[in-house]
Amino acid sequence: MSILRTEKLSLTYGKGTPFEKKAVNDVNIEINEGEVIGIIGHTGSGKSSLVQMLNGLFKPTEGTVYFDGQDIFANPKELRKIRFNIGLVFQYPENQLFEETVAKDIAFGPKNMGLSDAEINEKVKRAARFAGLREELLERSPFDLSGGEKRRAAIAGVIAMEPKVLILDEPTAGLDPLGKDVLLSQIEAYHKESGNTVLLVSHNMEDIARISDRVLVMNNSEMVMFDTPSNVFSRVSELKAIGLRIPEITEITLKLKDAGVPIPAGVLTVEDAFKELCKLINKGGNIDA
Amino acid sequence: MRDITLGQYFPSNGVLHKLDARTKILFLVAFIVLIFCSFNFYALGLVAAFTMVIVLLSKVPVKMFLKSLKTIILIVVITSVLNLFYGTGEPIFEWWIFSVTLDGIFNAIFVTVRIICLVVVSSALTFTTSPTDMTDGLERLMKPLTVFHISVHEIAMMMTIALRFVPTLLEETDKIMSAQKARGADMESGNLIKRIKALIPVLVPLFVSSFRRAYDLAMAMECRCYRGGKGRTRLKQMHFTKKDAGALVVMIFLTAGVVLCDIFL
Repeated sequence: MSILRTEKLSLTYGKGTPFEKKAVNDVNIEINEGEVIGIIGHTGSGKSSLVQMLNGLFKPTEGTVYFDGQDIFANPKELRKIRFNIGLVFQYPENQLFEETVAKDIAFGPKNMGLSDAEINEKVKRAARFAGLREELLERSPFDLSGGEKRRAAIAGVIAMEPKVLILDEPTAGLDPLGKDVLLSQIEAYHKESGNTVLLVSHNMEDIARISDRVLVMNNSEMVMFDTPSNVFSRVSELKAIGLRIPEITEITLKLKDAGVPIPAGVLTVEDAFKELCKLINKGGNIDA
Repeated sequence: MRDITLGQYFPSNGVLHKLDARTKILFLVAFIVLIFCSFNFYALGLVAAFTMVIVLLSKVPVKMFLKSLKTIILIVVITSVLNLFYGTGEPIFEWWIFSVTLDGIFNAIFVTVRIICLVVVSSALTFTTSPTDMTDGLERLMKPLTVFHISVHEIAMMMTIALRFVPTLLEETDKIMSAQKARGADMESGNLIKRIKALIPVLVPLFVSSFRRAYDLAMAMECRCYRGGKGRTRLKQMHFTKKDAGALVVMIFLTAGVVLCDIFL
């Protein structure tokens, strides 16, 4: 059964004024439990507005969101509880840190849920481990951490609520290449261990290709594709027309294919490309595997 | 949060927009004095009528003025009600310890009209003058104060920077509030103390980011060799025109009118 479903979801800013602007138009999606969804689209395509509606921060002008089959906007008083189940990590989440210690900051969410101290403590520890924060960092002030550590502490603050659905809005923006890699692996590990649904908004196609089960493409406030990564990334010309690119390795293998090499379309990672090429070479019998 | 009209610039090509900022500031100061020097209904009527003329001349939608009045409506109501009971003379209406006199009614009307005129005319200044023009104008007007070792340029620069960061900070506040709401922060319910406490998760990050911005800005200004007002020239020189002279004449006539009403009517 789908855990998150939207129906004709639309959002218009400043309705009825001369500044009226459609941010999201008629998005219908169904996301299954345990899936990893990548969301791509260029700046201003409506990705951030979409994810903020999914956890009820923006109220859609039309349509609605169903979590576990239940309309999340049906009862405004219950929205806060919905947000514990659909955790949203904003862009540059380190700007929301405020407590004296990292542990207290991570505990903010669980505390709002009204849990006991023992439960909070346990959740903080687990979230810190998921986010790869060393134990001794927990008693430090969040403002003394490095950029990457701050980012991970802020993400831990959302993970600590143990949401059924975790949405991350460009979690790797502004990190150095190593930091990006580490953070992405942690998200992957979190997904594997908890089995929860993860939605990842990103500009980095390599990241999206690496971890997504399905990819949602937004353009001009509309959803234009929602399919497996290999299907989405084989529609090269369409993606390029809306200003997106495809992972470099996919582009290379597609070019090889055009040049007559019998390699399948939609190769997404360097490892897969390596395997495919090895197979070909073996068939030719030039190299022993 | 988004409805802060006080101090907002509204571009258009009305005659008030073309006046020199210095003229408008001086005009406003003089007009405020006149508002409080109108002691009878004729003088007050003259001032109120002129306020309407200013609204029309500003070519700013009347809706904008109403919006800025909306923010002070509570103050107007409270002060006028208080004044209602503070009159001397024959009571025309009495209830418990309250008594309303004719004098009190007059007081209430005077206070209401005065506050409304004050706010409308001040908003007319901010609607028709861009923030940079305004601070430039203030800087030039305050120049004589440099004799007393007051660094006028620095004060003007601080005002410009403060105004420039109002929208930025509003946006930042919105973002942080959403982020904390996503973590289940409850800002809409509970008693006063609970609500004030709920603001801490918003205020701390806001202060932190403000300090960071201030630091970055100071660095950027230094990189462009900013060293205060000494020897600094301007991109746009201010000029008095015939329109400004006209405004001066109007002001003199208006003052004369109010004074004559006060004395003879």
